[in-house]
Amino acid sequence: MSTEEKKNSQISLDSEILSPSTENEVSEIVREIYSKQLPIEITGTGTKKSFGYNLQTAKKLSLSKLSGIIDYKKEELYIKVKAGTLIQDIEKILDENNQELAFEPIDFGYMINGQSNKGTIGGYVACNFAGSRRFKVGSVRDHILGFKGVNGKGDIIKSGGTVVKNVTGYDLSKLISGSFGTLVVLTEITLKVSPKKQSQITVIVYSDEIKKISNLFDKILSSSNEVSAATFIPEEPSHKNYEHTKNKIFKFNDLDQEGSFLAFRIEGDKRSIDERFKELKIELDLSNFKSSILDVHQSIPFWKKVNNLELFSGTKNNILRAVMPPAKCEAFNKFLNKNYKYYIDWCGSLFWIEVIDKDDEKINKIKKFVVENSGYLTIIKKSENFDFQDTLFTIDNTRLMISKKIKESFDPKKLFNPGRMYREL
Amino acid sequence: MTELALPKIDKKTISRKDQIVSHLKKFTKDENVLSENEEIKPYETDGLAAYKQTPLAVVLPENTKEVSEILKFCNQENIKVIPRGAGTGLSGGALPLQDAILLGLGKFNKILEIDFENKCVVTQPGVTNLGITHAVQHKGYYYAPDPSSQLACSIGGNVAENSGGVHSLKYGTTTNNILGVEMVMMDGTITRIGGKTLDQEGYDLLGLVCGSEGLLGVITEVTVKILRKPQSVRAALIGFPTVEDGGNCVSDIISSGIVPAGMEMMDKALIDATDKFSKAGYPKDAEVLMIVELDGTKSEVDGLLNKVSEIAKKNNSNSMKLSNNEKERLAFWSGRKAAFPACGAMAPDYYCMDGSIPRGKLSLILKEINELSKKYNLAVANAFHAGDGNLHPLIMFDGSDKEQLRKTEEFGAEILKACVKHGGALTGEHGVGIEKRELMCESFNNDDIQQQLNIKNSLDEKNLLNPGKVYPILRKCAEEGRVHVHRGEEKFPDLPRF
Repeated sequence: MSTEEKKNSQISLDSEILSPSTENEVSEIVREIYSKQLPIEITGTGTKKSFGYNLQTAKKLSLSKLSGIIDYKKEELYIKVKAGTLIQDIEKILDENNQELAFEPIDFGYMINGQSNKGTIGGYVACNFAGSRRFKVGSVRDHILGFKGVNGKGDIIKSGGTVVKNVTGYDLSKLISGSFGTLVVLTEITLKVSPKKQSQITVIVYSDEIKKISNLFDKILSSSNEVSAATFIPEEPSHKNYEHTKNKIFKFNDLDQEGSFLAFRIEGDKRSIDERFKELKIELDLSNFKSSILDVHQSIPFWKKVNNLELFSGTKNNILRAVMPPAKCEAFNKFLNKNYKYYIDWCGSLFWIEVIDKDDEKINKIKKFVVENSGYLTIIKKSENFDFQDTLFTIDNTRLMISKKIKESFDPKKLFNPGRMYREL
Repeated sequence: MTELALPKIDKKTISRKDQIVSHLKKFTKDENVLSENEEIKPYETDGLAAYKQTPLAVVLPENTKEVSEILKFCNQENIKVIPRGAGTGLSGGALPLQDAILLGLGKFNKILEIDFENKCVVTQPGVTNLGITHAVQHKGYYYAPDPSSQLACSIGGNVAENSGGVHSLKYGTTTNNILGVEMVMMDGTITRIGGKTLDQEGYDLLGLVCGSEGLLGVITEVTVKILRKPQSVRAALIGFPTVEDGGNCVSDIISSGIVPAGMEMMDKALIDATDKFSKAGYPKDAEVLMIVELDGTKSEVDGLLNKVSEIAKKNNSNSMKLSNNEKERLAFWSGRKAAFPACGAMAPDYYCMDGSIPRGKLSLILKEINELSKKYNLAVANAFHAGDGNLHPLIMFDGSDKEQLRKTEEFGAEILKACVKHGGALTGEHGVGIEKRELMCESFNNDDIQQQLNIKNSLDEKNLLNPGKVYPILRKCAEEGRVHVHRGEEKFPDLPRF
C-alpha cells in the first residue's frame, strides 16, 4: 500500500480492539497488519478464551459486529451465517423451524463463569468440539458445508458451498475446523442443519462397576438401535477440594441420586422409541441392573446438563478433555475413578476431567496415560496462576512439521492467534 | 479425444529412463518395476478412458518403506509421480504422464486388523471398498460409503477422491467414515494422521487429505469406521407425471424431516433405456421415477414409508410400489443400476457428467438440460442422487463425428456451469482430475485457487506428485472432455455405474 493509499484507508489500527463490520473491512485490517507485521488475537464473545495458550498480542480483532443470518434454506438443510453470529440466535431460528445443529454445540459458559454463554459460531467452528451426539452424527467439521474467510495476507478466500456433495478442490472446511483461528479469520460459515427428532427418552442404568459400564458402552455402540447419546456419571471423589455438584445438577424425579450411573438416549417418534427400547433392554441385559427412565421433559434438560459441562459450573480448577479409542474406556475409567471428578461422554470415548492440583505432576500423569493408550488430551481450562510447562495439546513431531507448513501457506507471517494451539504455529 | 494441456515434459527424465528403472529396482523387487511397453500399457488410463498416456515406468511397491524410498528418490531426482489405486476413477485423476513414474498400490491388498471393539478396520489402501464389508459382514457390520464401483475401487482411491455413493445422503461420504491414515509425503516422510479415536487434535489433516486427489501424499494405510447393519431396509418405487412433481416430492420429503438412506431419480429417457435393457418393469407413464430407500428398525421403516407415500400422493404421483421383501427391493434397483450400460447400448458413445445442485433446483436443471439437449441436438438421459442433489446426466453421441464430440463437450460444460450458477458444485463425487480442471474457475476465483495451490506447494514444493490434476494449468476456463465411453468400451464395462 502506498503512503497515499494508507492515508485514504478507512481502517485505523489505533484502537486496541478492532471491530470490522464487513468482510472487506476484515480484509483491509489484515492487509494492514500484514504490512506492519502486527500479530492479532481473533475473538468472538470470548467464551473460549481459556482454551490454549494465553496470547500477548497488542491488538484484538473482534468479530462481534460481523453477525447475522445470511441465508437459511430449511428444505435444503443449510444455514449460512456471518462468523460472529451467536449460536443461540442460530439455534432459535432453527428451533422455530423444527430443525437443529445435530452436533449439539456445547455451552462452555457454565464452566467459564457459571452462566450460559454459547458464544459465536466462528469460535465454535474454530474449536471443533462436538457435543454428546458426536459418535452418532459426526463432529462440527462434518457439518460445515463451506466457508469464507480472510487469510494471513488479507485475501478473501472460500471453500465448499451449500450442497452436501461437493468434491471440488481441497476440503478446507475440514482444515479450518479445529484450527483455533490460526489459519483464517472466518467471515461466513454454511452449516448443515438436521430435522429435530419428534421425541426422546433417557434410560438410566445404575452401576459402579467399571467393567460393566464398559460392557454397556460397547453393546450400545454395537447396536443397530441408534442410541444418540451415552454418558457415565460417576460418584464424585471424597476429596474436599472438589465441589460436590452431581446430586444438585442431576436432580430429576426419575433419577435416583445414590451412586454412579450410565445414561443413554433414544430419539425418534414414539413408536420407534418404544420398539428400540424393547430391543435394547434385551441387548444390554437390563434386567440385571437397577434402571429408570427419564421421559422427554426430563431427558432434554438432562442432556443439556451433560453437554454443557454443568458438573464443572464455575470451577476454579483445571479442566482436561481427553478422547480415547472406545476399547480403552475401561482402563482409563479405572485410572480416574475415585481419584478425580470426571465423567464420560460419546459412549465411552470422551472424558472431561477436573484436576485440582496446581502442579504439573498429575496432569502429566494423565497425559502420559492418554497418549500411551492412543488417545489425545487438551487442557481447556487452567486454574489461576497455574503455568503448565508442557504442551496444552498433544501432537507428534511429523504432524507438527506438516502443520507448520500448512500454517505458512495460510498465514506466512504468523499473525493470527500466534502460539494459541502450539507455540510453533 | 480432445487435446489436453499437460505439465511440461522433462526430456531429461525421459532420456534417463534406463537409469531410473534400475535405480527403482534397488527399492523393491525387480519384478515390481515395469518398463516394457506391453507391461505398462494396462496403466495408460483409468476410468476416464478417453485419455491415454503410458508412463515412463510403473512401480508396484509392497510396503510403506518402499513407497517412502521411491518418493524420496523421485523428489531428489525431480521425477514426477502419479499414484494409482484400482484405476476406476472417472475424472482422470490417475492419468499417467510420459515423464512420470506411475506408483501403483495394487500390492497393498491386505486387511491388517479387524477391530470390532473399536468398531473399525485397519486396511491397506489397495483393498476394495466392498472387500471391507465382506470382511466384517459375518458379525453384522458393514462399511457405509458405497460408490457404484465398490466391487473394484480401492479404499485408498476412495480416500483420494472422497467417494460417496447412493447412501451418502444418510451416512455421509468417505471423509465422514474414516478415522485415520498412514501417508507418505513426496519427500519420503511417513506420517500417521488420526487413529482409532474420534476426531484428532491440531489441524484436521485427515479432512484435508481426503478428497485431495493424490496431490498431497500417498496413502499407505486406512482406518475406517464400520457400522452395524440396519435391521430393516425397504424401498418405494414412485412414478410422477411431470418433472416438477418429482422435484417437489424430493424437497417435501426432506422438509418433512425424513432422511432416507437413499433417494434416486431417473428421467423418462433413462427409464425407457434401462427398462429395455434390464427389464426392471418400470412404469411406462412416468416422466420421472424415484426410488426412496429407508432403513432403521422395522416399525420405524414401515412408518416412514407410509409418510413417503403420502407425500408422493400429494405431489401427484401416478404409480407407486412398496417393497415387501429383499427380492422386490433389489428389483426396484436393478434398472437404476443398469443405467450406464443401458445408455451404452443406445448410442455409440456417452459422456457421464457429475455435478451437484441444491435439491430444490432439480426440476429447473432438468428443464435446462433438456433445452440444451435440443440446442445441441444430442440425446441426454438423467440419473440423480436426488436426495443430495448429485446429478449424472449421460449425453449420447457418436465419437467418430468430430463435430458431435465438440458439441458434446460444450454441452457438458454448460451443464456444469449451470450447476454452479444454481448454487451447486462442479463435481459431487467423481473428482476434478483432469476432466473438470479448466472449469475450476467457474467455482473459484484466483485467490481461492492460489490458497489451494499454496497448500500444495507447502507439502510438495517441486510439484511432483500427480501434477496437472485438479488445478487449471493456464488458470483459464476452457471446456475439456468428460467420461467418454466409446462403443461400450468403458475401461471397466462390468462395473455397474450409478
